[in-house]
Amino acid sequence: MLNRDWLTRLRLRWGVHPLGRKEQGNREGILTLPLPSRLHVPMLQHTGQPAKPRVTVGQRVRKGEMIAARQGNISAPVHAPTSGTVIAIGDYPAPHPSGLPVLTVSIDCDGLEEWVDLDPPSDPFALAPEALAAKVAEAGIVGLGGATFPSAVKMALGLRTQVRTLLVNGSECEPYLSCDDRLMRERAAAIVDGMNLIRHAVGAETILCGIEDNKPEALAAMREAAAPFPHIALRRLPTRYPMGSDRQLIQVLTGREVPSDGRSADVGVLVHNVATCYAVHEALRYGRPLISRIVTVAGGAVRAPRNVEALIGTPARYLVEQCGGLSGESARLVMGGPMMGLELASLDVPVIKGSSGILALDASELPSATPSPCIRCGQCVTACPMNLMPFEMSARIRTGALDEAVGMGLKDCLTCGACSYVCPAHIPLSHYFNYARGELTRRERNTLRQESIRKLVAERSERLERDAREKAEAAARRKAERERAKAEADAARAAKAAAKAAEESSA
Amino acid sequence: MKYAAHAPHAHARASIGRLMLWVMIALTPATLYAFWLYGWPAIFLWAVTVLSAAGAEFFVLRLMQRDAARGLADGTAVLTGWLLALTLPPWAPWWVGVIGSVFAIVVVKQVFGGTGQNLFNPAMAARVMLLISFPVELTTWVGPSPLFGAGALSFVEGARVTFLGQMPLGFDALTSATTLGHVKTELTRGIDVPAALASHGQGLGASLIGLHAGSLGETAAVLLLAGGVLLIALRVIRWHIPVAMLAGVLLPAMLMHAHDPARYLDAGTHLLAGGLILGAFFIASDPATSPGTARGQLLFGFGCGLLVWVIRTWGGYPEAVAFAVLLMNAFTPVIDRYLRPRIYGHPARFARRTRP
Ligand code: SF4
Ligand code: SF4
Repeated sequence: MLNRDWLTRLRLRWGVHPLGRKEQGNREGILTLPLPSRLHVPMLQHTGQPAKPRVTVGQRVRKGEMIAARQGNISAPVHAPTSGTVIAIGDYPAPHPSGLPVLTVSIDCDGLEEWVDLDPPSDPFALAPEALAAKVAEAGIVGLGGATFPSAVKMALGLRTQVRTLLVNGSECEPYLSCDDRLMRERAAAIVDGMNLIRHAVGAETILCGIEDNKPEALAAMREAAAPFPHIALRRLPTRYPMGSDRQLIQVLTGREVPSDGRSADVGVLVHNVATCYAVHEALRYGRPLISRIVTVAGGAVRAPRNVEALIGTPARYLVEQCGGLSGESARLVMGGPMMGLELASLDVPVIKGSSGILALDASELPSATPSPCIRCGQCVTACPMNLMPFEMSARIRTGALDEAVGMGLKDCLTCGACSYVCPAHIPLSHYFNYARGELTRRERNTLRQESIRKLVAERSERLERDAREKAEAAARRKAERERAKAEADAARAAKAAAKAAEESSA
Repeated sequence: MKYAAHAPHAHARASIGRLMLWVMIALTPATLYAFWLYGWPAIFLWAVTVLSAAGAEFFVLRLMQRDAARGLADGTAVLTGWLLALTLPPWAPWWVGVIGSVFAIVVVKQVFGGTGQNLFNPAMAARVMLLISFPVELTTWVGPSPLFGAGALSFVEGARVTFLGQMPLGFDALTSATTLGHVKTELTRGIDVPAALASHGQGLGASLIGLHAGSLGETAAVLLLAGGVLLIALRVIRWHIPVAMLAGVLLPAMLMHAHDPARYLDAGTHLLAGGLILGAFFIASDPATSPGTARGQLLFGFGCGLLVWVIRTWGGYPEAVAFAVLLMNAFTPVIDRYLRPRIYGHPARFARRTRP
């Protein structure tokens, strides 16, 4: 075991070692929050199409009741996190990269916590894999590591492509966050059960679970829980950001690389997060849909950082208040981890399925804002987990040479921010890449639109031409007909005249 | 320019100024030791060179209406002056330092676009320019005469040497060729390497502690090595360039010395007698003028080393580091273009293509 750790570490050339600051929140156990008075449940908490509300204002809902159905293939339903009355359905601020409000169902909690009738399968392992995936889909489970991709879709893909290994991601490489850490320490058996259920649902043989070595307690708890199952192997991973990225985890755990244009399934694996495994366990053993999650509340401006179990839709402000509130001014609010998290304009947004953390950072924790020129030190190259040359790409992007940047691998960039993190010149590299990728998408869309416009115009001019041609032909035809008719008439007249003349002459 | 808040919301506590500060810290013991060895003239020359580099940087940035104070605070100009001073003969007149620094900062660095944009290492380009323009001043070396020692110059005498060019009595007795220069001259006179080394009276032990004529940066090999190792340990520089450069000199030196000891210097002398260690750890590893990838750095470093050995062995100048580094600087863009790392998930040949 030791030997392998050492080898892994030696082979690992990418990544950065951000200051963990996990001790801020991981000392105390998970606190289940008291019920807030109102919940705002967004319809778009996942990758894909938003869910479609199927409740009306004024309607009473029970805890766990489906309040919005999935729309389209890649989508997830949404459930009422508690019992109460729907008081509004409309746009509400939500943590979304676009910064735009999202259609949200607001519920006044009645405090009764009255569940819908749950109907868990008596033995989920007796069900067919497809049936398990369907139940996971019904429970609204999405990837809880941050990607929020609907889990059932991923599982169906895994089953179709016959993956051999289920990889379970317990790396939690983002600084500050310790929600997965606490979950593994406190609910390891449930996670392991969830892992086994997913294994059954995707038809995998083995399970490989990786946990970074800065979480020894979690690793020990998981080892113990997994001990009865010979098909589960736990691996201690070096602490390195971004270990939790699917591609990097696969590389470290299996030694294989996902092809640039491929998916995990192409190398025979499927990756799920530990929190997702826990949610699957809850759904398949107890029939409970995904209505709550563990959130790390931390940052220098939070008085008493810790992990809380919060209902989906709970205002972020409520979480911070329950953790002692803010001490003084926080310089930046972030949802998720500091490396890839989303800046929040205010705490008036709800917790959603993908909210792993709510951070209130003070000024000393933030990067300095003024970039200086690149000194070509190559630190970003060393840090990049995809082996890109960030400084070269950003130089191209700054001069507008997007195509050259694409040639250097812009499309492979994870926008993980490792390069920006280490850059001594404080150049916002990953920000450039994010921007450039947006620009590319826009461009592609534009080209598509222009293509289609061009096609329409071409079709129209062709149609016009055809019309004109047909008209001209018709006119010509008519003219010819008229002329023929005239000629015939003339001929007839001439014949008549001739006949008459003949008659007259013969007379 | 103001950036909106965006991820990552955290940053390693690193900045260019901090990196340069570490480099200076790593240079300090060797510099102080050399000051002690060569006395006041060396101190004056160093101060003049560093100050004029800083002054030139400040002036140019002002002229271009950039934030001069901030530009200066990153420490790159001071470091350029410092490195240049370490490669000059310690008793060279003050104007050598000034001309060198101004040339390094204005022509080699700022004309190319300033920090990080220069193709050539400013200190080394200035060193070569000086050598070509002022061959006498640049090749007059003195042996060490430690401060406060018997034959040492006083403050005033030192100032006379640096600022007025008034050499003390018995100056000729003090001048001495550098080890490498001496061996080269003797070889042209048909005297073989061991005899030349013997007549120079310089054992490796003396070289190890810098008791031989040379520039400030050629004296304290051990202290420089310690500083370089510190920089690698602190991840200020990576090991690739220094190690490859040392290998580039030492491998051919060992091979050829074994083959013909009469004609080829041994590896130990190569390592300790010239500016190799300074060059490997502090000059070739300058980030702006060296490749950004690990493989590129290995190639670059080895190239520098090999060139040093070739120039020392067959070239016209005994001190080769400056030429070698400048030559390899010219290849940096090419190396960075063709030695790209293989991108994750791509087949190996992608590395050689620049466009999809
Ligand atoms: S880390 Fe920053 S300064 Fe260094 S090469 Fe990359 S972009 Fe340039
Ligand atoms: S953001 Fe992109 S370029 Fe930067 S380290 Fe991550 S993958 Fe590499």
